[in-house]
Amino acid sequence: MVEFNLPANSKITQGKTFKAGPDATNIRKFKIYRWDPDTDDLPRVDTYEVDLDRCGPMVLDALIKIKNEMDSTLTFRRSCREGVCGSCAFNIDGTNTLACTKAISDISGDVKIYPLPHLPVVKDLVPDLTLPYAQYKSIEPWLQADTPAPTRERLQSVEEREKLDGLWECILCFCCQTSCPSYWWNGDRYLGPAILLQSYRWIADSRDEATGKRLDSLNDPFRLYRCHTIMNCTNTCPKHLNPGLAIAEIKKSIAARQ
Amino acid sequence: MEMRSPLSRARGLGSTGDGYGHWWLERMSAIALVPLTLWFAWAMTGLVGADLAALKAWAGRGQNAVLLILMISAGLHHWSMGLTVVLEDYVHAEKIRVGAIITVKLAAVLLAALNIFAVLKLVFGS
Repeated sequence: MVEFNLPANSKITQGKTFKAGPDATNIRKFKIYRWDPDTDDLPRVDTYEVDLDRCGPMVLDALIKIKNEMDSTLTFRRSCREGVCGSCAFNIDGTNTLACTKAISDISGDVKIYPLPHLPVVKDLVPDLTLPYAQYKSIEPWLQADTPAPTRERLQSVEEREKLDGLWECILCFCCQTSCPSYWWNGDRYLGPAILLQSYRWIADSRDEATGKRLDSLNDPFRLYRCHTIMNCTNTCPKHLNPGLAIAEIKKSIAARQ
Repeated sequence: MEMRSPLSRARGLGSTGDGYGHWWLERMSAIALVPLTLWFAWAMTGLVGADLAALKAWAGRGQNAVLLILMISAGLHHWSMGLTVVLEDYVHAEKIRVGAIITVKLAAVLLAALNIFAVLKLVFGS
């Protein structure tokens, strides 16, 4: 039946507190999830007192400051620091978002940072993205065409190109994917909002000639129709995209060919 | 021990090619139930305090019996489809899930048969 017993490592204990220096003038507490696979310890939440007068404005600035100056064992992914790579996606202040584009000033009280929900944790804030990446690969996210490649690029009209707006901007940070209860409960079979938005990116592409095959693959009670329009995906997307709309468009395409 | 590749896990048993029908019927039955439920509520308020003879006379009118049977069919169909989705969502023990889904579907058929029989008995019974 429904699992009432929590799996191992679900209980989170109170961890250590790292105090700010005596000359700190503007202290903010960052409460960060920690878990080390090399020990038998339960996960814990460590508290770091960060002096915001000596820190950049974004949550990622604080994380980097903590790692550089307070606790080098803190583990997290980051790369571009400008909302393009999708590496620094965490659950911040209760919402999945990118640490590099989330301003500390937008959060009231302590800043709570956890890994993206409902994925296995590799360490601290690093989730195991193996399954979402494999699901992405399973939708064959590349242009498929039987028409031989022209000597120059495959052309599309301005209107056709506009249909890709709101889709191509997805950076695969998986904030939406891991905010979706349907993905939490059936992530092994439901593709999830990020993968379905990427699917629609190719279904909507006028140059792609595999639309029917793509829709065949999605016409499944779990892969697509496990979406119950909860809309957490659209609410949480740090790029302000609309995976819920993309999923609705896929459903409309399948309905249109009946 | 799980040695399958992540891509093999993601592809699983493949697409059923049949998710649309359930989704579409669930929505169509929901839309049908809006006027049917309103009609039923309106009709029942008119029958408050009515005796069996008055109820038989009401059901004996063709359109009332047809609408009743439509509401019973759409309602139980919608109920069984919706509950199936809930069970698929939340019950992960396979035997319990499959057993519960079969029970729900059989219960919907049984309840529909009983309800429609009751309507017919009201209309045609002595």
